[in-house]
Amino acid sequence: MAALCESFTLCGLGPSGGVGLGGGLLALEPGPDPDHVLLTDRGRTATLFKVSDQKPLGCWSVKHGQIITCPVVCNFETHEYIAVHDDKVLRIWKNKDINLDKVFKATLSADVYRIHSLPNGGPVVLFKGGGVRTLDVLLEAPQQEIENIITDEVIKWSEAFMESQQPVLIFATEKDGEFFVYIRKLKVNSLHKYKLEQQELSKPLNFTAYIKNQTITLLCLYSNDSVYKVLIPLQQNTEEEEQILSKSLLLNLSVSGSVLKGTSFVVLDKDHIAVLGSLAASGEESKECLTIWNTKFQTLQTSKELPLGTSGQLWCYEEKFFFTHGKVLTVIMYKCETSSLAAAVGKLKDSQTPEVSSFVNWNTLGDEELVVSFQSQQSVALKSESRMALRSKRTTVAKAQPDTVSVGQLLLNLKDASTTAFEDELRQLMSKAQTPDFQATIGCVITALINRCKTNPKYYPRNFLLQIVQTRDLSYSLCPDLMAVALEKKDVHLLQICLQRFPDIPEEITYACLKVFLSISEAYLQRIDVNLESVICYIDIEFNNKEVKTEIVENGFNAELEQDIWDTNTTKEIHRTADGEFCPVGPQKAALLNAVLHSAYSETFLLPHLKNLPAQQAVLFLRYLYYLYVKCSEKINTTLPGICSPSINQVMDWMCLLLDAHFTVMVMLPEAKELLSNLHKFVRAQVRFYSELNKIEGSLRELQRLHHQKDSQTYSIEVLELI
Amino acid sequence: MGEFEVHRVRFFGLVPAGVRCLACQPRGGRLALARTDGAVEVYNFAANYFQEKVIPGSEARSVEALCWAAGERLFGAGLGGDITEYDLARLCPARSVDGCGGPVWSMAANSTGTQLAIGCEDGSVKLFQVVPGGIQFERNLDRRKGRILCLSWHPSDTRIAAGSIDILRVFDVCSGQTVQRIMVNYHVQKVKRECIVWSIAFLSSGTVVSSDSFGRVQFWDWERGTLLESHTISTSAVLSLAVSEKEDSIIVGTSTGATYQFQLLPVKMGSLEKRWVRTKPFQHHTHDVRAVAHSSTALISGGLDAQLVIRPLMEKMQKKGYDAALRKFTFPHRRLVSCARKARLLLFQFSQHLELWRLGSTNETGKDGEVLPLCRMPEHLVQLKSKGPEHIYCSCVSPCGSWVAYSTASRFHLYRVQYEGDSISVKKVPKVPKLLLPAYQLQFSADSGSLFVASARGSVHVLQLLEPGGCKLLHTFRPPSGSPEAVYLLAASADGHWVAAVSGDWAIHIYNLKCFKHHCAVPAYSCAVTALAIHPVTNNLVIAYSDQQLFEFSIPEKQYTAWSRMVQNCGLHRVWLERDSPITHITFNPKNPSHILLHDVYMFCVLDKSLPLPDNSALLMNQSTLKQLPENARQRQLHAFKICKKFQPLLFADLLDENCLVMVERPIMDVKTQLPLPIQQKKFGT
Repeated sequence: MAALCESFTLCGLGPSGGVGLGGGLLALEPGPDPDHVLLTDRGRTATLFKVSDQKPLGCWSVKHGQIITCPVVCNFETHEYIAVHDDKVLRIWKNKDINLDKVFKATLSADVYRIHSLPNGGPVVLFKGGGVRTLDVLLEAPQQEIENIITDEVIKWSEAFMESQQPVLIFATEKDGEFFVYIRKLKVNSLHKYKLEQQELSKPLNFTAYIKNQTITLLCLYSNDSVYKVLIPLQQNTEEEEQILSKSLLLNLSVSGSVLKGTSFVVLDKDHIAVLGSLAASGEESKECLTIWNTKFQTLQTSKELPLGTSGQLWCYEEKFFFTHGKVLTVIMYKCETSSLAAAVGKLKDSQTPEVSSFVNWNTLGDEELVVSFQSQQSVALKSESRMALRSKRTTVAKAQPDTVSVGQLLLNLKDASTTAFEDELRQLMSKAQTPDFQATIGCVITALINRCKTNPKYYPRNFLLQIVQTRDLSYSLCPDLMAVALEKKDVHLLQICLQRFPDIPEEITYACLKVFLSISEAYLQRIDVNLESVICYIDIEFNNKEVKTEIVENGFNAELEQDIWDTNTTKEIHRTADGEFCPVGPQKAALLNAVLHSAYSETFLLPHLKNLPAQQAVLFLRYLYYLYVKCSEKINTTLPGICSPSINQVMDWMCLLLDAHFTVMVMLPEAKELLSNLHKFVRAQVRFYSELNKIEGSLRELQRLHHQKDSQTYSIEVLELI
Repeated sequence: MGEFEVHRVRFFGLVPAGVRCLACQPRGGRLALARTDGAVEVYNFAANYFQEKVIPGSEARSVEALCWAAGERLFGAGLGGDITEYDLARLCPARSVDGCGGPVWSMAANSTGTQLAIGCEDGSVKLFQVVPGGIQFERNLDRRKGRILCLSWHPSDTRIAAGSIDILRVFDVCSGQTVQRIMVNYHVQKVKRECIVWSIAFLSSGTVVSSDSFGRVQFWDWERGTLLESHTISTSAVLSLAVSEKEDSIIVGTSTGATYQFQLLPVKMGSLEKRWVRTKPFQHHTHDVRAVAHSSTALISGGLDAQLVIRPLMEKMQKKGYDAALRKFTFPHRRLVSCARKARLLLFQFSQHLELWRLGSTNETGKDGEVLPLCRMPEHLVQLKSKGPEHIYCSCVSPCGSWVAYSTASRFHLYRVQYEGDSISVKKVPKVPKLLLPAYQLQFSADSGSLFVASARGSVHVLQLLEPGGCKLLHTFRPPSGSPEAVYLLAASADGHWVAAVSGDWAIHIYNLKCFKHHCAVPAYSCAVTALAIHPVTNNLVIAYSDQQLFEFSIPEKQYTAWSRMVQNCGLHRVWLERDSPITHITFNPKNPSHILLHDVYMFCVLDKSLPLPDNSALLMNQSTLKQLPENARQRQLHAFKICKKFQPLLFADLLDENCLVMVERPIMDVKTQLPLPIQQKKFGT
C-alpha cells in the first residue's frame, strides 16, 4: 500500500513563487548530495536546501535586470552548479563562490532550453532549436554553431537518461496541436523523430518518462483526465522516417463520479504514479489534491487535500514529494510498497533481520591497524593524483565502488567529507548487512565520529551517538574515547546510557561521571532528557515536576494542586531535614546517580579517585544514598521497585566506600554532623531489628514449615489477584 | 483487574511413563520417542520441539527400539517379537511382522534406509528388506548364543556390529559370517559378574564404540580386535550411546542419570592426531538414561524419570533464540484433563482408566495469596477402567457433567452419568454408531447436546446425544480437498454454530453446524497449532502456534481480526516468544470479552486485549512489580499480558465461572516419589 506520511515546510516563497498559473518555481533539481535539492525560482535566485534540516545551505542570484531562464543543475561529478541566464549566458560555479558575477561565464550562440545533469554522464544541454551538446563539448568552443532541428515547433518537455553508458535525451514538441517526440542519442549522434498519435478533443498536458530494458516508457497526462502509456524502443534501425507512436490507456483518473483534473504527475514505481491536480465532483467545488494511484489495480491509493492551492508543479526525489502549497514549498514523504495480497490480509512477514550475534569477531579488530596502512598508501595515491589538475576530478573513490571497500578504507575516505555527508555515510554503513564483524565495524564508526569531535570542537553528533550506544552492544574498550568526549560535553544522557550498558568502565571514568552528575545544577537537568526508568517507581515525579503533573489530571480534578503550594515550601527545606524522607536530589539527578551505582567497580581502584570528591558533593551523595537506604528498608524484601533501580547491597557498598574516602572531612564538616548521626541512628535501629529477627528465626522457620505443609496438600482454594 | 478464587488441584496422580528409546530422523527434523508403556511420540524440531504426534501404547506392545527407514517411515520393535510400522498420519500401528526370533532387543536401519537388522533373544541377527507397504524377511546372520542387545551398521552398509553379554561381534553382511569377536571383559581381572554391552556404534573409520554395564565407554579397532581407548565414566552402567552425524561427538547416558559428551579433538592445537575426550558432563536426570540421541545442534536424552531433555550445543548456535534454550519435557503437550464447568467436575485421563472428581467449595472470601477454609472437600466420584490392552487416546466430560466419553485405538465409549444425591450411577450408552476410529480428540458442545469426535483423514463426526442415554451420528465433516492426516484438536463455539478442527498437516478447517457445511479454512501458517478456542461472544477463533505466536481469526468475517493484525505488526514480547513450552489450552471469560485465558506448563496468563502490548523494554512478568506500586503508578505500567507463575507445573487451567478458576498441578516431587529409588550415590560428607 502506498501512503502519504507527514509533511513539512521546506521554505516560504516570494510573491512570484506563489500559487496560480505562471506562478510557482522554475524548477527543483537534486542537489550535489543526497537529501539536498536545488530550487530555482522564476526570478534571479537559486537556493540549495538540506531537506531533512529544512535549512538553506547556499543561495545565489544573478544581477538586477538579468533573469535565470534555465533551472540550475548540479554537476554530480564535479559538484559544480550550472545555470543559464538571459537564455544564452552560461554560468558555472562552486559551493564556495558567493557572487555570480565573478564566476565562470560563457556566452553561447543559441538559446538554451534546459540543462540535464546525469549522475554518471555529465550535464547535457538542450537548445531551443533542438540541438543537443554535452557541457564538455560546449565549453571547448562556446560560440560554436548550434544546428536548428525543429522549425516552428516548441519544446514542451524534455528528459535525459543514461542507457548503456551513453546519455539519451528525449523531448516533446508541439506545433499546431500536433505533438512530436524526439529521441537523441549523444554518443552515436542519432536522432529519431516520432509523431504522437492524435487524440480527439484532448491534448497532452504533461509528460514523464522512464527507461527500462532499452525501452523508454513515456507517460502522458491528457486533458481528458487519462494517463496514456507510450513505448519507444531505443534499438531502432529505420533512420529518418517519421513514425507514429501509438498509445495505450494506462489509467483513468476518476473515482466514483469525481474526476481528477491533473496538472502534473510523477512515476513512483512500476505500479504507482502520483498526480497533482484538482478533484472535481459533479456539483461541487473542485479541490486541489495530491493523489497516489495504483496502475495495476487502477485504484486511488491515497490522497491529500491541499486547500491553499498549488502551482500545479510536482517534483519527487528520494521518496519525497515537493510542491508549492499556498505560499510555501511543502515536502511530503511517502511510502510505496509493492501491493500484494499478503499485505492486504496482514500476513506480510516483517522483513526485520534476525537478531545478530553480539559476539565480537576478534580477527577483524585489526581494522584500525589496517586504517593506518591504508593511510600511507592513500597519501601516495593522493599526491600523484593531485598533480593532474583535472577540472572534474572525482572526489570520492568510495562512491564509485561502495560495495568492495573495507570499513577502514571507507572511514578514511570520509575523513575529509562534510559533516552531513559523513554522518549519512556512517548511517548507511550501520544499516548495511549485519556482517559477523559488525561489532568491530561499529567500534570503528564510533572511533571515527569521536576523532572528528576531537578535531572539530563544535561538532558533536549527540543523537547519532545516543542511537548507536542504545541500539548496539558496545563496551568501553571498543570505544574508549566516547565517554571522555561525552564528559567534556557534559552529555549526561549519553553518560547514563553508557554507564548502564558498558560492562567495563574504568573506575576513573566512573568517578568522573559521578562528579559531573553531582555538580550539574538541578535547573539545568530539568531541561535535559534523561532516562527516568530507575526512579519513577519510588520517587514521585509529580512531587517535583510540575509539567508532568498537568498531564495526569484526571476527570478535571487535580488532587496535587493543593499539595503543590505545600511542596514548594518544603523543597527548600529538603536539604536541611535530611532524615531520609525526602529525596535530596531531583529525579533526573537521582536517575543519573543510579546509573553510577549500577556500574561495576573495584573498591581498590575507586577509592583513591573518590577521595578527590569535593566535600559538599560528597555530603549530597551520602544524603542520597541514605535516602535510598531508608527507602530500601521500607519494604520487606529490601528491594526498590522498578527497572534498573539500585539494590540495597549496591547502596551499602557505596555508602561504606564514600565514608571510607571522606572519613576525616565528614567528621569535621558541621553540616554532615546531623546527617551522620541520623545515619548512625538508623543503622543502629536496623541492626537491632535484625538481631531481634535472628532470635526468633527458629519460630519463623517453623511457620514457614507449616506453610509448606499446607502447600503439599492435594487441594486448596486460594485467592489470586491479577493486576 | 480482579481477584480469582483458584481451586488448586494436586490430586491428579499422573505418572508419565519413562523414556525407553529415541530415534532422530536422519537428515530430518523429527525425533521419535518410545516410552516404557509402549507409547510412541514424534517431536518436530522445526516447530520448536512440539510433540506433534502421539500414538498411545498398549499392554500388548512394548517398544525396545525405534528407527526411521526409507525416509519418513517409522518402525518399532519390542519384546513381543514383532516389528511394527507406525502410521504417522492415522496415529496407530499400521502393520506388524513377526521377527521369529523371540523378543527383539534391538533394531537398526542401514544408512540408506533400505534394510533393517534386528537383534533377538535367541542370539540371531535378522535382516529385513524395507519394501513399499511393509517389510520382508531377507536372511539370518551367523547365530550364536546370547541375546543381541544392541546393533549398529557400518556407514558403508557392509558390516554390522552387535553387542551381547560379555562379547561384541562384527558380521559381514554379504556372507553373513562373524568376522570378529571381541571379549569385552578380557582385560578385567578376576571378574565374576557378566558384562553387558548395552549400546554400540560403528564409526566409518572402522572404530567400534561400546558402552557396558561396568561403566565403560570403549573404542575398538574392529579388524584387529584391539582396544584403542577405554574411558570409565561411571561406577554403574552406561546404558545408551549416540554418535553425531559427523562422527565428531558422542553422547552417552548412564544409570545414575548423568550424561556425558565425548568429542574427537586434536591432541595438540593444529595437530592431526585426534583422540576422544570426555568433555561435558550433565546431570539432568535422576534415574536411568535409557535413551540418547544426537541431533546436529543438540544432545537429547530421555530417562526413566519420564523426562526428555534437549541440551543445545552452544558452539553450534548462531544466535540466542529458541534453539539455544535447554528444554525439559515431562508432561505431554496436550490436555489430559477436561472440566465440566457447570457441574464443577474434573475428568482425569490415565493410560488405562479415567477418574471423575467433584471440586470442593468454600463460603469465605479473602485477599490475594490467602488460602480459604473449605466447607466441602473434593470428592472422587467414579473410576472408569478401560478393558483390554489398549491405552486411552482421548477423553472428555460434558459441561453439564452427565456425559463422559473416551476412545481407545479400536473402541469408542460413551457413558451417561447420573447424580442422585450422593449416589452416582454410570450407564454405558449401548450401540454407539460405528465411527472411523481411533478418535484423537473429543469435545462436547456447550449445551451438552452433541459430541464432536476428531477422527482420521481430517474428518470430524458430529454425534447427537439423546436423553435418557443414547446417541446417533448426525454428520461427518471432511475437509473439501481431503487430508490424509488425523484431526488432533477441536474447538466448538458456545452458540453451537461452528466447530474448528486442526489436522496433522496443521490446516485449520471451520465447519458450519447449522447447515453442515465447510465454512472456510484459516490461512495456512507454517507451524504446529498447539491450542485453539472459539470466543463465546464474538466467535473469534484464537489460535496458539508452537512458535508462540497468537492469532485471532474472525469466523463470521473469514479473516484475521484487527487486533490480530496489530499483534503481528507490533510483534509479541521477546520473553514471550522465547518461552519453551507450548500453550496447551485457551479459554475465555464470557463476562469480560476482551480477556483471553491461556496457559502452558509453567505459567497462566490472562491476555487483556484492551490494554497495550508490552514492548521489548518493558517487563513482561510484571505482576509482582505492579503489586508493589501505588495505585496511580500502576496505570502507566499496565500491559496486556498478566502472567502468573505461581502454579507449576500446570497441566490444566480453566475458568469455572466469572471469577473462579481451576488449576491442575502435578508437582514434580509427587511424580518422583512414584518412581523407584534412584541409584544411591555416595556424596562427600554424607
